[in-house]
Amino acid sequence: MKEAKEKIYWKGLEQLTNDPEYVKYADKEFPEYLPVNGADEGEGATRRDFLKLMGFGLAAATLASCEAPIRNAIPYVNKPEDVDPGVPNYYASTFWWGGQYASVVVKTREGRPIKIEGNDLSAVSKGGTNAQVEAAVLSLYDKERLTGPQKDGKDISWADLDKEAKKAFAAAAAAGKKILLVSNTIISPTYKKAIEEFKAKYPTAELVEYDTQSAAGMLQANEADFGIRAVPAYHFDKADVIVSFDADFLGTWVDPVAFTKGYSRNRKLHDGKKTMSRHYQFEANLSLTGANADYRTPLKPSAIGPAILALYNQIASATGNPTVGGAKEAPHIKQAAADLLAAKGKALVVAGANDPAVQTVVNAINQMLDSYGNTIDFTRASNLRQGDDGAIDKVINESNAGNAGAVVLLNCNPVYNHPQGAKLAEALKKADFTLSTADRKDESASQVTYIAPTHHFLESWGDAEPQKGVYSLAQPTISPLFNTRQQEESILKWAGNDSDYFEYLKKTWQDQYAAGKDWLAAQTFWDKCLQDGVYEVDAEPVEVAYSGDVQAAAAKVAATKGSGVELTLYYKVAVGDGTQANNPWLQETPDPITKATWDNYLTVSLADAREWGISETEGKANRVKLTVNGTTLNVPVIIQPGQARGTVGLALGYGRKSAGRVGDGLGVDATPLLGKSNGTISYYVTSGVKVEVTPEMYQVARTQTHQTYMDRGNVIQEATLTEYRKNPYAGREIPHVATWKSPDGKVRPGELSLWKGHKYKDHHWGMVIDMNACTGCSACHVACVAENNIPVVGRQEVINRRDMHWMRIDRYYSSDEKAVAAADGVVSNYRALEQAAENPEVTFQPMMCQHCNNAGCETVCPVAATTHSSSGLNQMVYNRCIGTRYCANNCPYKVRRFNWFKYHDNKQFDKNLAMNNDLGKMVLNPDVTVRSRGVMEKCSMCVQRIQLGKLQAKKEGRRTNDGDIITACAAACPADAIVFGDMNDPESRISKLLKIKDQEGDYGIDKKVGEPRAYTVLEEVGAKPNVLYLTKIRNKDKKESHA
Amino acid sequence: MHVISPIREPLITGGKTMADVSDDICRQVEAKPSKSWLMAFSVALAVLIIGAISVGTLLWEGVGVWGLNKTVGWAWDITNFVWWVGIGHAGTLISAILLLFRQKWRMSINRAAEAMTIFAVICAAMFPGFHMGRLWLGFYWALPLPNTFGSLWVNFNSPLLWDVFAISTYFSVSLVFWYIGLVPDFATIRDRAKNKISKAIYGALSLGWTGGAKDWSRYESVSLILAGLATPLVLSVHTIVSFDFATSVIPGWHTTIFPPYFVAGAIFSGFAMVLTLLLITRKVFHLEDYITIQHIEMMNIIIIVTGSIVGIAYITEFFIAWYSQVPAEQYAFINRATGPYWWAYLSMMTANVISPQVFWIKKIRTSLVATFILSIIVNIGMWFERFVIIVTSLHRDYLPSSWAMFYPTKHDVGIYLFSFGFFFTAYLLFSKFFPVVNMAEVKSILNTDGEKVKE
Repeated sequence: MKEAKEKIYWKGLEQLTNDPEYVKYADKEFPEYLPVNGADEGEGATRRDFLKLMGFGLAAATLASCEAPIRNAIPYVNKPEDVDPGVPNYYASTFWWGGQYASVVVKTREGRPIKIEGNDLSAVSKGGTNAQVEAAVLSLYDKERLTGPQKDGKDISWADLDKEAKKAFAAAAAAGKKILLVSNTIISPTYKKAIEEFKAKYPTAELVEYDTQSAAGMLQANEADFGIRAVPAYHFDKADVIVSFDADFLGTWVDPVAFTKGYSRNRKLHDGKKTMSRHYQFEANLSLTGANADYRTPLKPSAIGPAILALYNQIASATGNPTVGGAKEAPHIKQAAADLLAAKGKALVVAGANDPAVQTVVNAINQMLDSYGNTIDFTRASNLRQGDDGAIDKVINESNAGNAGAVVLLNCNPVYNHPQGAKLAEALKKADFTLSTADRKDESASQVTYIAPTHHFLESWGDAEPQKGVYSLAQPTISPLFNTRQQEESILKWAGNDSDYFEYLKKTWQDQYAAGKDWLAAQTFWDKCLQDGVYEVDAEPVEVAYSGDVQAAAAKVAATKGSGVELTLYYKVAVGDGTQANNPWLQETPDPITKATWDNYLTVSLADAREWGISETEGKANRVKLTVNGTTLNVPVIIQPGQARGTVGLALGYGRKSAGRVGDGLGVDATPLLGKSNGTISYYVTSGVKVEVTPEMYQVARTQTHQTYMDRGNVIQEATLTEYRKNPYAGREIPHVATWKSPDGKVRPGELSLWKGHKYKDHHWGMVIDMNACTGCSACHVACVAENNIPVVGRQEVINRRDMHWMRIDRYYSSDEKAVAAADGVVSNYRALEQAAENPEVTFQPMMCQHCNNAGCETVCPVAATTHSSSGLNQMVYNRCIGTRYCANNCPYKVRRFNWFKYHDNKQFDKNLAMNNDLGKMVLNPDVTVRSRGVMEKCSMCVQRIQLGKLQAKKEGRRTNDGDIITACAAACPADAIVFGDMNDPESRISKLLKIKDQEGDYGIDKKVGEPRAYTVLEEVGAKPNVLYLTKIRNKDKKESHA
Repeated sequence: MHVISPIREPLITGGKTMADVSDDICRQVEAKPSKSWLMAFSVALAVLIIGAISVGTLLWEGVGVWGLNKTVGWAWDITNFVWWVGIGHAGTLISAILLLFRQKWRMSINRAAEAMTIFAVICAAMFPGFHMGRLWLGFYWALPLPNTFGSLWVNFNSPLLWDVFAISTYFSVSLVFWYIGLVPDFATIRDRAKNKISKAIYGALSLGWTGGAKDWSRYESVSLILAGLATPLVLSVHTIVSFDFATSVIPGWHTTIFPPYFVAGAIFSGFAMVLTLLLITRKVFHLEDYITIQHIEMMNIIIIVTGSIVGIAYITEFFIAWYSQVPAEQYAFINRATGPYWWAYLSMMTANVISPQVFWIKKIRTSLVATFILSIIVNIGMWFERFVIIVTSLHRDYLPSSWAMFYPTKHDVGIYLFSFGFFFTAYLLFSKFFPVVNMAEVKSILNTDGEKVKE
């Protein structure tokens, strides 16, 4: 031990020698000098510098080489109280645009509106929407909206614009010149009040209203007949017999959402209710409404008037009233008259003709049928159509006379959508001051000096009174995206009232409906109204007495004569009057009848096409030159079954010139072809129409090219009401197979399976679609596009049959039965079945992933990218998909969609606005993946909504209640034709609707469905879908031959 | 070594000696490439490069550059796949089954046929690759590899996965079989080689073959074992390919007759392709004494037999469609014959069923020109058979709303050309650098004590 102690260890020789240099630093950790910064070395870079530079260089080079895309994700510094990331907020609002109305609820995520749904509290739209309503959210994020006020195409500040506008208005008023405020029908009481303030300030101001889908004829007739200038409320739900003369009330006429709600209610059938309305339609074009009719008679426009007179005479003679001259019988008129008379008080006759004479006769018919007060009522008269067809003429005349001190176009586009548009454009140059509040530099706004762009409705405050005493509020769901100002506020400002429009609106409401209440009650009232979005006041019952001059009207009706080919101009369900033409969702929504996208076209009957030499091969048809009273258009053609012979149809709302990159140049502008009859705009041209066939072939992009269902009872199962009453299983085609065990063929194909089936312990999601209620309106289709981030692929890709829609509405015509009967042999029989009847019965079948329990797609995927959930859903795992497309091939329903290209951030698909610019992307639903190139996709039954509902229930420690979860399509449907729910829950709507037999403890796939009308498409394939359809029942006495 | 009975017609004509065989076959390998070879090679290479442009476009843009759509998800891609796989079958049939059956006439053609098999299988395998939406993931996700994605595994229910196994097994066995056969011949070339590079390369390729008795004994055993392994593959590969269709629910696909019908069709088209190639090789390389009219006649007889089998299969499908009374099934078959693709059906029927029947006439089946033309017609017909099965079944299936047409684009053609370019480039390289006839085996069937000695 001692020895060890004596042992000395030296750090080095320096310590041993103990030299002074060493002693100086002996207590330091590093005795020798370490150059730390190298500066005093004076010999350039040291090792440390080298390493530092090296490290920096490496890091810099690495960083520079991986160019990370810059994403502007700016977090909230202070979290807004009511915005939780991932949790949607809903705000009630009002849609009133392009002549369509719906009370809506807007879903916002992180402050961005992403989806519009119907407001169930509304007494008018009752939670329904239509295609245009559903698509409007994308129009908000349209880059082609103006970003601020302009003067002569140059930016100007709001202050300057206001100053100049006020000066001009004051000057006009002082000079006694007219200030013309031009607008489409205004249904907002507060906006009207603001205009009154404006008028008070400038006494020469005048509001002129016109409608794109004019009902001026009816307004005039009602004023003359009843002293009320209004469109009444129609109760299609109360009508047992509906006769419509070219009124497309389910598609575009006045208020299709509300009408579809009512109509579908009386079309549904179940055990307790074996009656439904009977619907007769007389029309030239096959409209959506005509497609839903039980009896449809194709008639030339010039024959519709005389047919109405014939109906009048039938009913008049039966009720002891004087008959009129000029009547001309048409098929089914007698039968319709008899049915109407039998259903007196529960009958309804409507006519689409914008002609006061025709409307007067129709009023007289309704009067004789006791419709007023029953199926028609003025108590809740509609405000949706108040326009005057002479309004634009007035603007033109005043301007041309040098009498227009100012013309203000209030977010309307008469240069494009009024037949006098070209003249108006000229006349506007003669007005002293012109201003438009359009949201974009449209056809009219490019003719004016000042543009004071208004907000999108989702950025605006507002209210509406769609029906007398029924109110709806609109509130902004996002801060204004651009430097725009809502036109109501502009009007107020110019009227000298600097108050904010919100304050103005609130005050107006509180003064009007909460008068006399204290502050708290008034505030509570306001908050409640804003939350609900709707408010109703009692309306005094309006009794009407008919005082029309039928004889004079009938004479006028009879005087309208047709010669040669006749043209009917109409609006399409999706594009409407073209207001939202720059919305690609709408442009790519197939027309419910023709299934055409991205174009308008001349619809021609098969017989005429043959006679005129229009050939149709492989989807291409000759273009034709359509000449109407001197105006010539070169239009594509679709050969349309159901088109009245000798007539052609052409849609308005196309041929926009400055709508934006999506809407410009699609189709042709048919507005100049609109004529006049009895003083109002006429959608019929009954003479002077010439059709010349050109050799140029053109293909209209259609999503469905085969028209009939080839008599396949496993696809469409239908029957007449008479048959259904006798046997609720009428029309059902129930397949049975013979096996060695049961050679008598008593086994349903579903009972034979290689698979063990699944057990769904918790939920078993399913869907029922009532084909009797579905009108084919396509609201569900657009709702699905908006909810599920479905890309728009453009015209060429639709021609290539690559539309991406998860939900499509299959439209089938009945086959030409004469040809089928005449066919001999298998092949000619098939040929005959392929041929649609001249006036076919139409069936709509919404088709999406059927979520099969024995899904063909699941077994064939090599990488198991499509799997079955524990609650009956067929799930698509995008991340796992390698894109073999085997699943799509093996899908009997052909509902799978493949990402052929990269549809997002790709200049080739720049019409896909929602995925190709930063603004457009704001509409994307953050709960749904944007799919990449090369993967398969399909309906997920809105699995994101199911998850949300389940999580909510889990948080609250309960099962999901029926109605907690509703798919986008079911939510949108104005006909309530789609029911989604849990088939394991005996109390759910779907279980009750399907009469699912209680199978205690058995949560297997084989639910016993008790409803006789329910069937699965292609039952014999054995896929066992979770989507069921209810048979289509037509209210016919007997099956008719369709030739 | 077997001795051929002198009563039989000699399989190799011209009284070739062993040395003649080595000279005749090695000459092609040792000599400078001929002008005709160079021309053919340039054309093949050009086609390959043109095709490569389409491949590039496809991989860059997406599968959308083809003419497929939401209804017809497969068309030329899988048609070409099945067609090329079918072509491959003849090689294995010749080398494996005919070996087991001691059909010695196969010996002068099996080398080229096997090479054709290998290149055809590569061409076939391209299409399942190119047709994938995400090839960059699919090429390995389709294999049951352990992975870090969690419990992700392939779907063993999927016929496409069975294809992966079938094709890869088939390819590896064929490749090994072919290579083993090449070893003694490589050794011959090595031994004859005059320059060092050739000696080194062929020396390496011949795996140290000494030509000793032990080598030959092992060679014979391995050949027999591999023949035994490959024989079931001849039947299984196309059976499994047919399952892609047979196990699905689409009318026109869902058919139990498919396995035998596909195998027969594969052999049918495979023999036709062997004939096409050998008739050219025979002419260009002057191998008339090795590939005799007898060979051609034998192969033509196989073509009659298999052609008739597929003909019966076509008719049976129609019968069953009628007998089943299933409307969709009936429509699918009537539509095949009379629908918009009637011309494809007609091409198939004429080329596959009617045209081979002319081989009943001896004069035609021993005519080189007629055989050559018919061999090409048969392969056109077999391409249409797959097109008819795939496209006409898909384009009008259950729901008439989805019925659509398929129109090919230039890239559909381009990628088909790419496979042709590859096939011929590879075959030409093979024919130049590898012995096109199995010298070692052919030597065993020379009639050495035959006519020449007598003379």
